[in-house]
Amino acid sequence: MENITQAITLVPINHYILFSTIIFIIGIIGVLTRRNAIIVFMSIELMLNAVNLLLAAFSAYRGDASGQIFVFFIMAVAAAEVAVGLAIIVMTYRNTNSIDINFLNKLKN
Amino acid sequence: MTITQSLFYFLAFVAIFCSLLVVLAKNPVHSVLYLIITFFAFTGHYILLNAQFVGIVNIIVYAGAIMVLFLFVIMLLNFNEGTETHKPNLVKFAGAITGGLVLVVLVASLQTLQQSNPVKLNNADIGLVKNLGKVLFNEFLLPFEVVSILFLSAMVGAVLLARKENN
Repeated sequence: MENITQAITLVPINHYILFSTIIFIIGIIGVLTRRNAIIVFMSIELMLNAVNLLLAAFSAYRGDASGQIFVFFIMAVAAAEVAVGLAIIVMTYRNTNSIDINFLNKLKN
Repeated sequence: MTITQSLFYFLAFVAIFCSLLVVLAKNPVHSVLYLIITFFAFTGHYILLNAQFVGIVNIIVYAGAIMVLFLFVIMLLNFNEGTETHKPNLVKFAGAITGGLVLVVLVASLQTLQQSNPVKLNNADIGLVKNLGKVLFNEFLLPFEVVSILFLSAMVGAVLLARKENN
């Protein structure tokens, strides 16, 4: 166990922040530029994962286990969100024969 | 450069490359497969941080359950490559510019920080199941129970939404 502990000491926390930021931005760009509702959902998953990784990195950095518990809760919320969201997508497809998100602007009427 | 550092940068490169392909791929099934590779790279990061429990849960929940759900929905709805209509190029360009500007702002604010310390594990067994279970069932017992209610409501909602209407 001591060998593992010593091996992890060399990556700066800044690089973890930078990496998570890049993944998060890729998720934002995916949400903004795609029209397929499933790809938009996958981009949201990417953003959630970026936040998860940063929480785990800070948890190891500060020596506090609460960060990893938060990761656990975020995964639970993401699973519930995906189940409900995919049900909505299936229902939309059944009613309109399309999963184009621009098609959904008829909700406002 | 030690093996840990090279592993970190290799996994970061794989994750960024595959998440770019998730956004750029034309076929939704390819996007799902690239997303699974991204999740495996994230699991590698968790194991490098000595957070084995989170890493294993990441594989089981994300790559196992959520991605199978995505694949099922894609195959159920029978998408092909040509079915997606694309946003106009101006909107795509504006979206990319917006994301790039957010990236520039965040990186610039990161640059004003001091030279950062490396991630050092003071307490090596922090990510193991024994320690996490103690924290989860002592300090976070109430949120843990609330999550079960969230799952129940999500289950009811999903069944109710996906049911075929009889009219």
